[in-house]
Amino acid sequence: MSGETIDTDRRRFLVSAASLIGGVGAACAAFPFLASWMPSVRARALGAPIEVDITKIEPGQKITVSWRGQPVFVVRRTPQSLADLQALAPKLRDPLSKESLQPTYATNLDRSIKPEILVLIGICTHLGCVPLYKPTPGTVEAGWEGGFFCPCHGSKYDMSGRVYKGVPAPLNLAVPPYQYLKDTLLLIGDDSKVGVST
Amino acid sequence: MSTILAKVVDLRRWVDARFPLTQLWNEHLAHYYAPKNFNFWYYFGALALFVLANQFISGLFLTMNYTPTAEGAFDSVEYIMREVPWGWLLRYLHAVGASFFFIVVYLHMFRALLYGSYKQPRELVWILGMLLFVCLMAEAFFGYLLPWGNMSFWGAQVITSLFGAVPYVGDALMEWIRGDYNVSGVTLNRFFALHVVAVPLVFIGLVVFHIMALHTVGSNNPDGIEIKKHLDPKGIPLDGIPFHPYYTVKDIMGLSIFLLIFCAVIFFIPDMGGYFLEAPNFEPADPLKTPTHIAPAWYMTPYYAILRGIPNKLAGVLTMGASIAVWFLLPWLDRSSVKSIRYRGSLYKSALGLFVCSFLGLGYLGLHPPTPVLALWARALTAVYFGFFLLMPLYSALDKVKPVGDRLSDH
Repeated sequence: MSGETIDTDRRRFLVSAASLIGGVGAACAAFPFLASWMPSVRARALGAPIEVDITKIEPGQKITVSWRGQPVFVVRRTPQSLADLQALAPKLRDPLSKESLQPTYATNLDRSIKPEILVLIGICTHLGCVPLYKPTPGTVEAGWEGGFFCPCHGSKYDMSGRVYKGVPAPLNLAVPPYQYLKDTLLLIGDDSKVGVST
Repeated sequence: MSTILAKVVDLRRWVDARFPLTQLWNEHLAHYYAPKNFNFWYYFGALALFVLANQFISGLFLTMNYTPTAEGAFDSVEYIMREVPWGWLLRYLHAVGASFFFIVVYLHMFRALLYGSYKQPRELVWILGMLLFVCLMAEAFFGYLLPWGNMSFWGAQVITSLFGAVPYVGDALMEWIRGDYNVSGVTLNRFFALHVVAVPLVFIGLVVFHIMALHTVGSNNPDGIEIKKHLDPKGIPLDGIPFHPYYTVKDIMGLSIFLLIFCAVIFFIPDMGGYFLEAPNFEPADPLKTPTHIAPAWYMTPYYAILRGIPNKLAGVLTMGASIAVWFLLPWLDRSSVKSIRYRGSLYKSALGLFVCSFLGLGYLGLHPPTPVLALWARALTAVYFGFFLLMPLYSALDKVKPVGDRLSDH
């Protein structure tokens, strides 16, 4: 080894190797800090599935319950509004819910397990506002057929939570996982026994 | 590859025309010439900076889940420990980090005593460092109240009571500091603000000044010989080497070993058998019940033992204050013609040995309940502690020193 020449290859290798190992170490050290921002055990416990008694919901009526701090709409639809769903398809962006978020058992025309009971996460798929329930025809605009209307940016959804064309929201309102514990008792947030108990 | 490199060089030029980036890098790292004979004792400045960064980052993440109220504080710490993902790690990094901060800083200060780093021309480096130490104690004291455990509460109760010793206005002063007739949620709230905003801001400023002052006068070294006396034709000290890469690499090596020890404590014995986290602090604060044995955290115990040893409240408080204040005078108390212990005589070596024993002894006494015998020991060790400083003008001048060379001993 002479004192005059510098082995630059060796130096570059050592710098790269040290930087790589140091970088991996820094990334590992950063992980717990970033992960501490995930929902805590308490937040996850508070987000547990909830039971909803649907006995007292009248036809055409909507109730709002809170699951994971989010509003969940439960609507008992009238036979009339169910009958109207089919004809609306040309006006809708995703009438068959191919791109929208819902469990497989709610990927149907009325987006529900039992046609008359609709369960939706009440958060507009545009920027997260809570849409208003406007079941009466003509209340939002002339020719309104009943559904959900978001007051923030004017997105419109039908009585299945399917989004209309020409509004800012990209997708239908999401359907949470849910199941029937009894004929009149819903469990929202857990669908592990769907098809067994009903 | 070369075009990417050219782009980076261009970007650096662009920044340099607008901000002294390369200049700062050169002045403090690449062209800062440090003596080439730094040894083990020179790790602790860089390590203190690392622990400071650890306290900042872990503290920042703790505040995201901590509640600074009497009702919520204790529960929020339990929440962090049990429910926040990795919260236990965040808290142990911070709590164990506090103890390691003091270990590192005490060793850093001991280095200054060994090699006379406080002596002319580094008086301001020393004073800024001592101000940092006072800040560190304040930060530790304010932070200690925040978990709102029973030891937190009574620690704050005892220390704020010290201000009651001030003649005439003591009681009013005490109420003003506490914001209540007793330590309460009001005190907790203001200590939180001081702990997370005020003191850290002062701390950062002092760290910057400490390093600026150091880099103006240049680092001392184990020989205590000024390397700036012998320069090469380019004006670079003959016995100096650039801080980067030589000492950055050395400090990374030291940091690796430090991290092994630090992580071992965090993962295997974070309470250090009751010294880093005390058992009574696992109970919520109770203003009606003092823990049966009350002692401050280990890093404060020497001063606590001094306070307790003096059988008069005001005199005790003043003596304890003086035990910190006297450190500031060190550059002017030391009359020796040499800096480093390598060239000092037996007088300074014995005095330093006695001082270390008195400091450790007082630290031990401060941890244990007072008995008449231990109180006598505390007074004797307090005398030794102050003797080291106050007799220094005599023994450091009388001490027989060895002749100091012109260049570092292994140049």
